[in-house]
This record gives sequence, structure tokens and C-alpha cells, in this order.
Amino acid sequence: MKQFFSFIKKEFYHIWRDRRTMFILLGMPLAQIIIFGFALTNEVKNESIAILDQSKDAASSQIINKISASRYFNVTALLHNPDEIARTFQTNTARIVLVLPSTFGEDLRHVNKAQVQLVTDASDPNIATTLINYATAIITDYQQSLNSTAVIPYQINVQSRMLYNPQLKGAYSFVPGVMAMVLMLICTMMTAITIVREKETGTMEVMLVSPVQPMKIVMAKAIPYLLLTVVNITNILLLSVFVLDVPINGSLILLTGESILFTITCLSFGLLISSVTDSQQTAMMISMMGLFLPTVMLSGFMFPIENMPLALRIVSNVVPSRWYYEIVVAVMIKGLGISSILKQTLVLSGMTVLLLSLAIKNFKIRLE
Amino acid sequence: MQSVIVNNLSKNYGKEKEIKAVKDVSFDVSPAEIFGIIGPDGAGKTSLFRMLTTLLLPDSGNASVDGSDIVKDFKAIRKKVGYMPGRFSLYQDLSVEENLNFFATIFNTTIEKNYDLIKDIYIQIEPFKKRKAGKLSGGMKQKLALSCALIHRPVVLFLDEPTTGVDAVSRKEFWDMLKRLKQQGITILVSTPYMDEAGLCDRITLMQQGKLLSTGTPTEITGSFKQTILGVKAANMYDLLKDLNAYNAIEDAYAFGEYHHAVMKENSSEEALQKYLEEKGNKELVIQQIKPTIEDSFLRLMKS
Amino acid sequence: MANDIIIQTEQLTKRFGDFIAVDHISFDVHKGEIFGFLGANGAGKTTAMRMLCGLSLPTSGKATIAGFDIYKKTEAIKRSIGYMSQKFSLYEDLTVKENIRFYAGIYGMSNKYIKDKTALLLQQLHLEDEADKLVGSLPLGWKQKLAFSVAIFHEPQIVFLDEPTGGVDPVTRREFWNLIYEASAKGITVFVTTHYMDEAEYCNRVSIMVDGRIDALDTPVALKENFSAASMDEVFLQLARKATRNDS
Repeated sequence: MKQFFSFIKKEFYHIWRDRRTMFILLGMPLAQIIIFGFALTNEVKNESIAILDQSKDAASSQIINKISASRYFNVTALLHNPDEIARTFQTNTARIVLVLPSTFGEDLRHVNKAQVQLVTDASDPNIATTLINYATAIITDYQQSLNSTAVIPYQINVQSRMLYNPQLKGAYSFVPGVMAMVLMLICTMMTAITIVREKETGTMEVMLVSPVQPMKIVMAKAIPYLLLTVVNITNILLLSVFVLDVPINGSLILLTGESILFTITCLSFGLLISSVTDSQQTAMMISMMGLFLPTVMLSGFMFPIENMPLALRIVSNVVPSRWYYEIVVAVMIKGLGISSILKQTLVLSGMTVLLLSLAIKNFKIRLE
Repeated sequence: MQSVIVNNLSKNYGKEKEIKAVKDVSFDVSPAEIFGIIGPDGAGKTSLFRMLTTLLLPDSGNASVDGSDIVKDFKAIRKKVGYMPGRFSLYQDLSVEENLNFFATIFNTTIEKNYDLIKDIYIQIEPFKKRKAGKLSGGMKQKLALSCALIHRPVVLFLDEPTTGVDAVSRKEFWDMLKRLKQQGITILVSTPYMDEAGLCDRITLMQQGKLLSTGTPTEITGSFKQTILGVKAANMYDLLKDLNAYNAIEDAYAFGEYHHAVMKENSSEEALQKYLEEKGNKELVIQQIKPTIEDSFLRLMKS
Repeated sequence: MANDIIIQTEQLTKRFGDFIAVDHISFDVHKGEIFGFLGANGAGKTTAMRMLCGLSLPTSGKATIAGFDIYKKTEAIKRSIGYMSQKFSLYEDLTVKENIRFYAGIYGMSNKYIKDKTALLLQQLHLEDEADKLVGSLPLGWKQKLAFSVAIFHEPQIVFLDEPTGGVDPVTRREFWNLIYEASAKGITVFVTTHYMDEAEYCNRVSIMVDGRIDALDTPVALKENFSAASMDEVFLQLARKATRNDS
């Protein structure tokens, strides 16, 4: 046991003395969360809105009043014909235009059913979606206030000129995404690199010609990175809860348990990489190409899986981080319980068993 | 019982095992003996050492170290041998002291327990014990590596080219250290590309292209060199060498430090050679009898 | 015969902070000479050699290489010297021919010249059959001989060799020295460092550095006489043992 601890101590020296790498490992996840967080949480406040009111009656002016009274929007321009919409966007007068058709008041009065149109500048699709959501909410609110006094329910259909963007379905999808990335990066890449480094410098040779069980060497390497991961995940969760207001809706214990499962998956992967490579460079390339990129591209975090071509959808099934990502989204964002993520958990467990047994099978107690 | 017994050991590399690194090698090493494996880079010394230290599996043949089989009892061997690989294999970002402590713990021992064994060596680097191993000079790294390899009081010590790239002074010091370790009863197998270090070993084997050319004490090996060697020098050594190689009573001639060595065929005479060389216009000619060295033996064995 | 001096240094010094790596060295090397540059690890050999090759600027002192000042004419110096070291010599993943072509190309030689000379060189080294093989697949000794030939391919006035024969077998080592003799006979000055003391005997003159200074410089015969030593090995040990600098 003393042997084992002295190994872990040594690993900590390595990490501690390579300050630059250590700061990157600890700082990068935080930076990612903050950057993603502020880039994607578009809190709408006093956003300029232009209005094309072709109806010009009581109902339309009530809606306009409601919008300009809200703290989200400022009416900065009243347009007179549809041609002006494009110019509004070009001159940055507003990023959203509410169009009330000429039949709006009449339709509402006679058939209790009318349509409005929201046109947005979709050059930044994320912001456009957010603006539409806010504007729609105000209109729905107005519709409900009418309903409270009416016998037949009123219905205002909001037609938006931008299709619903499924990528923003869970607005805070980046938190689970970053968690998957960090685990992958530290547990897989760093574990692989640090083992391969010992091969490169020749210290592995000396270690093997000693009474230490080779498996112990590897376990000792995993522990410091496991701890580093725990620190990172805690940081990410604290940041997301307290700075970004992304709550943990589900069970924290479940989330932790699933994260440990994924950590073991990643460590097994790192171990497997280290046993098939001889240079740090190769280990790095395999980790980047084989794991990091698929995590970013195919886990559903950056690009929604349902929008992918069939081939990529199939490939995404073998990317472990895809399953972990789904689990975190379900537990953390949607607040679901274990029963709804059974499939994902099983798939991930299966992958872990497979990877771990492959890694152990390939582990060398000699040099070749 | 012999400390190391090697029987017909072979090692091949490559997809079809086409690269033969060690070919059918056999030798024994007695306890507390310094056994030198002498040969140039690529002779197969490292592969041989790696097999004996259980890092590689042989393709054929067998060997035992201190009575344990290198394949079956590899765990037992790992407990009782010390190994210093060819390149510096310590943790560069750990200090001298941390490295030594670490190696002591992994062998389940402490520095204090075996301090008497490493004292002579460690005392020279102790003033720098807080320094990172990566910041040490070549000679000091070598001493630290040896201390780490000795910390568990191994029965057999394997040193793979410990003096390569090390200057003549540090080399001398290193061999003095090995002599003292031998007195403590440790068997030492050491490989080197420097022929002049052969004389410092109790017994040696000459290795070239995976094969052992000759094994024995240095005197046995040079003693088996039966031909006469003449040392020849002249004002222009380059021209002299060309003339020597052109002379038909000479089997082989090569540069050898201050003198050229001429290996004479039987029935040749020194006088005839002198006459021939003077006729060729060599000035300040000196010819003398030379006792064959290990390098002479090696050259002869390589060429035959 | 001052006009045949090809390397001249006067009080050449290199400091790194408080540390004087090379301490006021002065010596001359003559054209076509084989000059052995010996010293223990850390005596300052590599630093001195780097200055002479124009790779690092001295802190003080003067030196001319092939008539060019080492402060002002480093580019001209680089064109008139060749360099080979044990560690770096050729690209292992290029073939023999590609390596030669690459190095010759650096010195701006014409294609025709390169082609003719490559053929000649391969013939001299008996490497015709290996011309299209990767350098990495050749035995060490062949690589070193090839590396030397490449270093003098552009017919430099001086060639610097940094431990060219480390780890090479005794036969190849002698073949390598034959190449050195040939180069020297052609008038190329050879500046060589080595850990093999018998090789020091092959040099016309030998300098021995201790603690950044040149403590001895003479022919091997004269050195052995002065130090009443039987071999260069003894001369070297006598001098190197005086070193006070820890070889770091």
C-alpha cells in the first residue's frame, strides 16, 4: 500500500510541477463554461422592435401597447409597408419586426381567430429564436387576458419567419456538453499521455523491472486525474448553478453516479490508447481525433443528432460521450429519474466493460 | 551455482521475425563477477539485456538469473535485479532525493536500510539532493541512476552502456565504483561499445550482429590471437597505412592510435617489412612488437 | 606561414550570466590540418564549437573562420564550413539520394553537378545498391560515413565533426577515419571532437579543454612527452582531473 501511495505522490509531483498544463486543465473548463454561458444566454432587455401595423384598430394598438410596456422590448420604429422590413434590419434599427395584417382586428372580432407574423434577422439564429420566444410569450399573454372575459376562446396564431431551431431546445445544453468534454479530455487524453510519456522517457522500462505490479502503476496514474476531474466537475456545476442560473433539476446523486461511470469509460479508453501507442504525439492525435472531435461533433452538443444525415446518426451511437450527454441533459436539465435513462446507462456500461477488458487484455507487462 | 546462465537465446523482430537481433547466444556468469558484453551499437546488447531483465520474451532458448527462469519466474527476477537502461531513465521533474526515495519505496525498502551500499556513490551527489534530476550533468545523472538501481541491494546488476557519451574521467570513476560493488558480492553484467573497458572486466564476451564472437577472460581472448602484430609508425601515417595494406606478407593493417597495427602472415620477417617500407619512401620509421589487445581480437573476429 | 591559418581565435569568451563557459581561448588551426578538440563533458567544447560555426555570438574576443569574422560574416562562414554531429546528421525518412540532393540543394549547386557528384560519392562509399533505400534502414556505421560525405559534399574549407564515431564498431570507425584522412589530403581542414583517446592520436594536433580554458595544445607526440605519459588517455586524465568545475 505504501508503494501505491508513493506512486500517487509522484504523479501529483508531475502534475504540480508542470504548472502550465495544470492551469490549462483546471482553467479551461471554467473558461469554456463562462464563454459558452455568456455567448448563449441571451437575456433580452430593451431590445428594439419595429412594428408594421396594417390593421390599425383597437386590438392591434392593445398588442403594441403591451409590447412597448414590457421590459423586454422598445418600439423604435413604426413601419408603413412591408418593403421597409428589410431596411430595418439593414440599418440595425431593430432585429425583430411584428407584422399585424390588415385583417387582424376584424378576424379577431368575428371569428375569434387571427394571425400575426414575427420576422427576425436570423443572421444570428440563436438571438433570433430567443426574440421570437419572448415576443410570442407577450402575445400569448395578451390572448389569455382576452380569454378571461370571453365565452368563446380567442386564438392568435403567431407565425414566425424562422423555423424552430431544435439545437436550442435545451437552452443550457452546453453545460452537459462541457462536462462530457472535460471528462474526455482529462481522463482519456491525460491518462494516455502520462503513461506513454513514461514509455518515451524509458522510466517504464525501469518500473517494469521492479516488483511493482504493472496494473498498479496504471491505477496510480488514474487517481490524480480522477481527483482533478472531480474538482473540475464540481467547479462546472457550481458555476452553472450560481453564475449561469442553470439549476440541477434532477438528483445530484444520480448525476454523480453517472459521471463516475463515464469517468471509468474514459479512463479505460485512455488506458487502451496508451497500450497501443509509443509516443505522446500519437496518443494525443488518437485522443483528439478519436474522442475529442466526436464528442464535440457527434454527441448532440453542438449539432443536434436528429438533424444529421443517417450515416452520422449511426456513427454517433458508438460515441460514448453521446450517451453521457443525453444522461446529463435528462438528469440535470429535464430533472428526470433513473427510469428514463436506463437505456443510456446500459449502453454506457456495456461500452465500459468492453473498453476495460480490451485495455486489460492489451496491457503489457513487458516491452512488447 | 552460476548467477546468470544463458542457453541458446535468440530474439527476432519484425512482422516476419526477419530482423535477427540476438542469435543463439550462450554464456554463464559467476557470482560477484564483472561480466562485460563488448560490441558496437546495433550488436544486440540491449535486446539481450532486456530479455535477461524480463522485459522481452526470447523467441527461442532459455536463461536464468540467480536461479529464476526469465520467462516463468519473471516476478521473482524483478525483485532481485537492478537495471540501468542505456538512456537516462529517471524522473527529470523529481529531485535527486525524491527519485531515490521513490525507487526505495517501490522496492519496499528505505534509503537508510541500504545506505551503506550506495554511500560511496550517493555522497558525491548529495550536495545536489534538492536539484531536479533533469538539471544534473551527465556524470551526476549516471551516479543517481546507479544509486537508484542499487537501492534494493540487487543480487545481479544489469548496466546497459553506462559509460556511453561519458568522458574519460567519469568513465574511470564509474569503473572504480563497479569494482567496489563487486567486493560487496554483487554480480555485474555491463555492456559497452568501448573496447578499452574490456580490461576492467573479469570476463568478457565480444558481440557483433547478434552473435557472440568470443567469450573468456580478457587475457584468454587476447592470448588466442596467435599471429604477430607489429606496431609501425612513420612521418606520414596515411601513406604508411596504404603501403602496409599493399604489402603481401601482411594479413591486415589498420590504424591504432599512435602506431598502425600490422597483422603479419606466417614466415614474414620484421626486417623485410622495414626494407619494403623504406623503399616506399617512409621516413622516421619505427617498428616494434605489439601485444594484441581486445580491439585487435575484435577486429580479427569481425573480419573472419 | 601565417596565410595558411584557417581558424584563428584570440581571447574568445562566452559567458552565460555568471558562468564563463569558454574562458579566453586562443589558438590557430592550419589549412588541411586534422585538429582534435578534446575535453571532459561540460568543459566548454560544444559552446566553443557553436561559436566557431557561427551558431552563437561570443561575449568577447576575436575569431576568424576561413578569413571571415565571426561577428559580422556568419552567413559567409556557414557557406564555407560543413558540420556533422553524432546526434543529428541525416533525415532517416528520406532515401540516401534524397538526403544528398537536399543538402546539396541548400548550398545552391547545379542539378548536373549534384547528379555527377552523387554518382561518384555513392561509388566511393560502395552505396550504389542502397541509393534508393531509406537512410533509417542503414547500419549506424554506414549512416555516419554517409553523413560525413554529405557534410563535405559542397567542398567546404573546414568541416566540424562533433563526436562522429560514438558507438560505431571498430572496423567502421577506421573506415571513417580513412575518409577523414582523404578529406584532409584534399585540403579540407577537419575539426573533430571525440571520446575515443586512440582517435586523438590520429590528429595532427590536439587541444584539451579544462574548465573553459585550453590547457594543452600540441601534437600527440609532444603532449605525451610533456606529460611523461604513455598514451593520450593518460594525458587527458592528468589534465581533466584538475578540473574544478562540476560538469554541469
